[in-house]
Amino acid sequence: MERHFDEELKELHKNIIRMGVLAQEAIYNSIDALANRDKTKASLVISEDVKIDELELAIDERCVDLIARLQPMAGDLRFIATAMKINSDLERIADLAVDIAQRVLELADKPLLKPLIDIPKLSTLSQNMVRNSIDAFINRDVDMAKKVLLSDPEADKLRNLIQKELINDYMSRDASTADRALPLLLVARHLERICDHATNIAEDVIYMVEARVVKHHPEELK
Amino acid sequence: MDKPILEVNNLNLWYGDFQALKDVNASFYARRITAIIGPSGCGKSTLLRVFNRMNDLIEGVRASGNVLIDGQDILGPRAELVVLRKKVGMVFQRPNPFPLSIYENIVFGQRIHGNAAGKNRLDEIVEESLKAVLLWGDLKDKLHKSALGLSLEQKQRLCIARLLAVRPEIVLMDEPCSALDPQSTMRIEELMRELKNNYTIIIVTHNMQQAARVSDDTGFMLLGELIEFGLTQDIFTRPRDKRTEDYITGRFG
Repeated sequence: MERHFDEELKELHKNIIRMGVLAQEAIYNSIDALANRDKTKASLVISEDVKIDELELAIDERCVDLIARLQPMAGDLRFIATAMKINSDLERIADLAVDIAQRVLELADKPLLKPLIDIPKLSTLSQNMVRNSIDAFINRDVDMAKKVLLSDPEADKLRNLIQKELINDYMSRDASTADRALPLLLVARHLERICDHATNIAEDVIYMVEARVVKHHPEELK
Repeated sequence: MDKPILEVNNLNLWYGDFQALKDVNASFYARRITAIIGPSGCGKSTLLRVFNRMNDLIEGVRASGNVLIDGQDILGPRAELVVLRKKVGMVFQRPNPFPLSIYENIVFGQRIHGNAAGKNRLDEIVEESLKAVLLWGDLKDKLHKSALGLSLEQKQRLCIARLLAVRPEIVLMDEPCSALDPQSTMRIEELMRELKNNYTIIIVTHNMQQAARVSDDTGFMLLGELIEFGLTQDIFTRPRDKRTEDYITGRFG
């Protein structure tokens, strides 16, 4: 039976998807700007962030309004609670894309320190994890959410690898490389944080669909 | 967990040919509030009325299974109704004070149960009972005025006080707030939380938010069956049965 507020819940669902699209665009553009040393694109990521911030506030307000008016229970309650959390994760993902864009601006006028190998791997992984976590939300797909969770250790591994290389092979050998190595190190960190937020989204999707809390309970994943 | 104070085993109940309760099994624990929810006609009031055998008043009622209170089967031939109804009191939808003074309403049970208490003891009982429902301050100087002049909320509190005066173990409440405005409802809910320290409360309510707010345990009934019974926080956030989910999220058509 269609309920009078189902339309409102669908609208919320759509807005989370919209937020997901904007966050993915921000990551894509910031990574693209990094790869092509494109200052214009990096600046665009920074200036566009305000749209994501506005949508975040609008979604938050809508969630509080729905809770107050509908007094949701069970699946509805889990959906709205999850939407609020995912909303905030997506906004943080977009902020991290802005952070990457700022690193691009720092790096763009300096000679390239080294060809980028592991950073593109980590960027691809982070984009996949974000896309899959949003797909898991859209399709209420627990298997997809689990796939995201299983990818997270790989992100940590890549970040450590990049960090180690930049510190051992560049910064400790030649301190003058620091102004080019440090931004790259931070990019790796930002990308890994993006993966963490995708992981949060995946965990919340599992809670939304199956009412199981897997966050901090890895044994629940089995 | 302790032994349940009230245990329902394989309970079936018929009104003539109509089966109103189907194989109900449940355990109720002392000093907890249990809410029974479900759509109209699901059997929730019938179940509540089994617990002090109010259904006996209806012609053609028969039941099978057993209902144990403190280990005694209240449906058995040896059950004494007067004792049972002293132990298990009931609060109704519309407050129903007797057309007597406030004082006489409260001591009515003492007189019925033949407690030949002296006036001083009766005075004490009136004071204790009114204090328990937070009416003493307002009514202590009006004890001999008619109970019919009270507000609806005060009447409902008085009915609860009248019940407490006979020291029940279990208090049954059938939609106790449905005639009250939201503020009075909140205050009765506060009172329920107070009473929980000394009594076991079972409440039937249509108001799901009320069940979610006040109860520790919740049972969901549908077409005479107890579909799901568990901790209130689980029922309202992660019900196991799809029918419970559909009902509490308003999908029932």
